[in-house]
Order: sequence, then C-alpha cells, then structure tokens
Amino acid sequence: MSKIVILGAGIAGHTAARHLHTLLPAEHQIVVVSPNPEWNWVPSNVWVGVGQMAEKEVTFDLAEIYKKTRIDFKQAKGIAIHPEGSSTQAKPHVTIESTLSSTAGQMESIEYDYLINATGPKLNFGATEGLGPDHGHTVSVCTAAHASEANHKLQIIIEALKRGEKKTIVIGTGHGTCTCQGAAFEYIYNVDHVLREAGVRQHARIVWISNEYELGDFGMGGVHIERGGYITNGKTFAESLMVERGIEWIIRAHTKKIEAGKIHYETLDGTFHELDFDFSMLIPPFSGVGLKAYNKANEDMTAQIFAQSGFMKVDADYTARPYAEWSAGDWPKTYQNPSYRNLFAIGIAFAPPHLISKPMQSDNGTPINPAPPRTGMPSAAMAIAVAKSICDMINGAEAPTHTASMAKMGAACVASTGAHLLRGSAATMTVYPIVPDYETYPEYGRDLELTFGEIGLAGHWLKTLLHHTFIYQARLKPGWRFLPD
Amino acid sequence: MTKQMNKEPYQQAYYPPTPTGITKYMRSNILWQLVRFAVINFKMLKLMRKSH
Repeated sequence: MSKIVILGAGIAGHTAARHLHTLLPAEHQIVVVSPNPEWNWVPSNVWVGVGQMAEKEVTFDLAEIYKKTRIDFKQAKGIAIHPEGSSTQAKPHVTIESTLSSTAGQMESIEYDYLINATGPKLNFGATEGLGPDHGHTVSVCTAAHASEANHKLQIIIEALKRGEKKTIVIGTGHGTCTCQGAAFEYIYNVDHVLREAGVRQHARIVWISNEYELGDFGMGGVHIERGGYITNGKTFAESLMVERGIEWIIRAHTKKIEAGKIHYETLDGTFHELDFDFSMLIPPFSGVGLKAYNKANEDMTAQIFAQSGFMKVDADYTARPYAEWSAGDWPKTYQNPSYRNLFAIGIAFAPPHLISKPMQSDNGTPINPAPPRTGMPSAAMAIAVAKSICDMINGAEAPTHTASMAKMGAACVASTGAHLLRGSAATMTVYPIVPDYETYPEYGRDLELTFGEIGLAGHWLKTLLHHTFIYQARLKPGWRFLPD
Repeated sequence: MTKQMNKEPYQQAYYPPTPTGITKYMRSNILWQLVRFAVINFKMLKLMRKSH
C-alpha cells in the first residue's frame, strides 16, 4: 500500500489526483492538500474581470468533489518537506498548516511514499511597490476573487465614461520578469470589447505595457505562423490587433513602482518614464510559494531542493550557459527531483532551466524579459505523465516511465478578444513545440504545420466549449475520463 | 484614442497591417466560422495526438 500526497489542487494538482484515483487500486491512499477550498478554472477569470461571468461560474468546492472519491482532502498550505524524514519521524513527510477557519493555524504532519508538488505560483505583488489589489493601486485577474473585484472597479470606470469623462486604462505586466502576458492580452481586448458594447470606447485611452521585447512574445520568444503566403512573426498579428482596436502599446518595460494614478517604469534603453492611469490591471511576477525543505537532522536544505525562485528543481539541466548554448534538451521530461526519486514537481511549481525568450537587461542592468509560460495544457500533460510514472514505480519500475517535455509537446491557447455568442471573438493559437527545438526545426524552432493562429467567432465558441468541458471534467461528472485533458 | 490620432506617420500604429472589411466580416460570418470551428478543432486534436 502506498500513499501519494499532492500539494496543490489547481489544474496540475487536481489533474494528477483524479488520474491517480482512476489508475491506482483502492488500497493506495491519495491525499490532496490545498489552501484554497475551491478549484478555479483560471482561463475564464478574464471574463469574471469584465463582468461576463460570475465568480461561482469559474469555481467549485473541492471537498464536495473529493467526497465522491477516495481522495482525502485537507484544506491547508504546505509549509515544509522532509524527504528523508526527521530526527523524530522516520518516514518522509510534509508539514502542513490548516487554512480551514475552524482549525486555522494548526499544524499537521503527513507521511508519504510519493509527493507531488503542484503548488503553483505565489503571486508576488510585493516585487513591485504599489502593485496589486490588496496593498496597491492595480487590480488582478489571477484569482476569481481578484477578477470579481477588478470588474467592480471597471464598472465604476464605465459609469464615468458614460458621463462623458475621459479615462486612461493600462493593462499588462507589473514587473520586468513577469510571465502570463497572455492573460493580460485577453483582458485588454475584453475591456475594449465591453467598452464598445457599452458605447463608451471613444472616451477611453487604453494602453498595453509589458516586458516583452516585441508584442506577441508571450514568454515563448514569439512564434512564426504561415499565413497569406508568408511566414510571419506573431508580432505582426499582435500589433495589428492593437491598431485595429485603437490600443497603444509600451514594450520592453519594467514596472518599477506604482502610485495612485501613476505607473513608473524603466525601458530597455535605461530611461525612466511615467504613465498616468485611472484603472490598471497588471500581472504580478511569479515565484514559488515558499516551501522549505529539511534533512534527517532537521537542517535546512531548501537550496538543494528549490531554485532561488522558490520553484522546485526537477530533471532539467540547470547548468548556467549563455543564450546561444541553450537547447531543447535542457528542459525536464519526468519532473522528478534529482535528489529524491519519490519527489516530483509539476505545473508552475517546477523550476525551468532558463527562460525561453532571449534574456535582456536594461542599460542599468535591470532584467526586462518574460519568464516562460506554463499554461493549462502542458500542466495537465505533466500531471498525467507523473501520475502514470508513480503508478509504474509503485509496481516496481526503478525510474519514471512517462515523459512530458515542453520541448516535445504543444500548447493550444484561446485568447478571448470579446465574449458574445454572435459578436464575440478570440485569437486561437497553437504552437509546437512550446520550447523551440532548433535541432529538429532549424529555421523557426517549431513545426509550422502545427503552429498556427487565427481570430474569429469560432475561437470564442471554442473557448466557451473549453470552459464548460474542463469544469465538467474537473467536477468528475459521468464520462469525464473520456474527455481530453 | 481615435483611429485618426493613432495613425500619424512614423508612429507605431502607422505600420502594422489592419484587416479589411471583408476580413472583419468573415470573422463573424456564422457559416464561415462554423467551418473554422471544425478546422480549428481538427488541428488541435492533431496537436494533442502528437504531444501525447
């Protein structure tokens, strides 16, 4: 009998949990630990952020779902990993702290035979002074609750616009090292869309600000698409959409500080600028959630298990190399920690070997370059691979048996550019592989047959379909196993 | 804020391509978008098959 503990119940953690539940015989235990009582279909938070959906349409209660299974759910946050046991407890275990109101703060130790770290990102609003909804001057769409608050503030702006007032809206990234430009990209076009639907777009100045070298980078170094008889960089299409919607853009920018109504930023040429705003949604940079690790003698070995970013080291090649020497082979395949064979990290929780985009820094030495994206599709693929590997290892395999390298898989992204059954649209994009592989595809790093993009109503229908399908699947409704992940 | 303000020569909006009327129309034409919906789903399934 084995016990698998999963820290985190987001897209990666919950996918691992439901696949383990299906694959493993009943005598094996599965424990899911999550500080949040609810699962959130994050891609639809953008629609909550513009009032097109309610918070409850993008979330559901985890405890209710896990009651249908033999998965033991604990509402708590992971504090520390003890992969060698400790001086008082022989077996490997994790220390968790309850976030349930009735037992808040209570600590518990859970032993494990296998541990999957799927803790996702810490939304590091603190990295930029004045960033974020809690202690700053900007809104966020990273969580359903944040998105709901963002919409509330957006509606106040819309009312002002209806009175004929002029407002400036700034959307993008809140630090020079952010990822998740795609979410901000969706949000800016959905804001534009709702303003047009409200008949007030002409009173708003909308500005994009990001750390990308060029629009369309998305942390993947951009993408080339074959369209209209040419192979064109995605920058052209991204700029086209900005111009079409009358949106200005600022790129190569590190947001340094935000005051009420004013964004201070530095650009790659080392100069400093200010941008006044009335409403702003800026994505925060991500870091690991802050898990610690201790050895058998209770000595801190966090630096051995985790990278400086707080993300967990896995089977990636972390050797420091210049950009020209990066390779697709640097990226992890099994997501197994190199020090402990029963420890894995998936989704956003694993430490990438380096960026995908070319590293850039300003003339003042400020890094201004997007971090690599870890979106839903690859996160789910990692979760399934690790779940299957663990099953095989329980049955005697010496090493993980399944792989899910981002250099050998694709991603599909559907970025809504306005929600409406007949007047909506979305930019649908696929890339293969996510991490460019110049050995296999020397010219553009990607398979151009599987890398494409287009804008239209069909994309909006697809995004709506995906919303309902993935929530249905995550709720473990009948037939969920037959739906693609 | 308006298209005219943003289309000054040598400013950022002067250069990127913008869709023609027919392109914009086809993006929301129901029949054409039904075809594109099928094509996009097919492409995605191809991608997923290669990725797994």
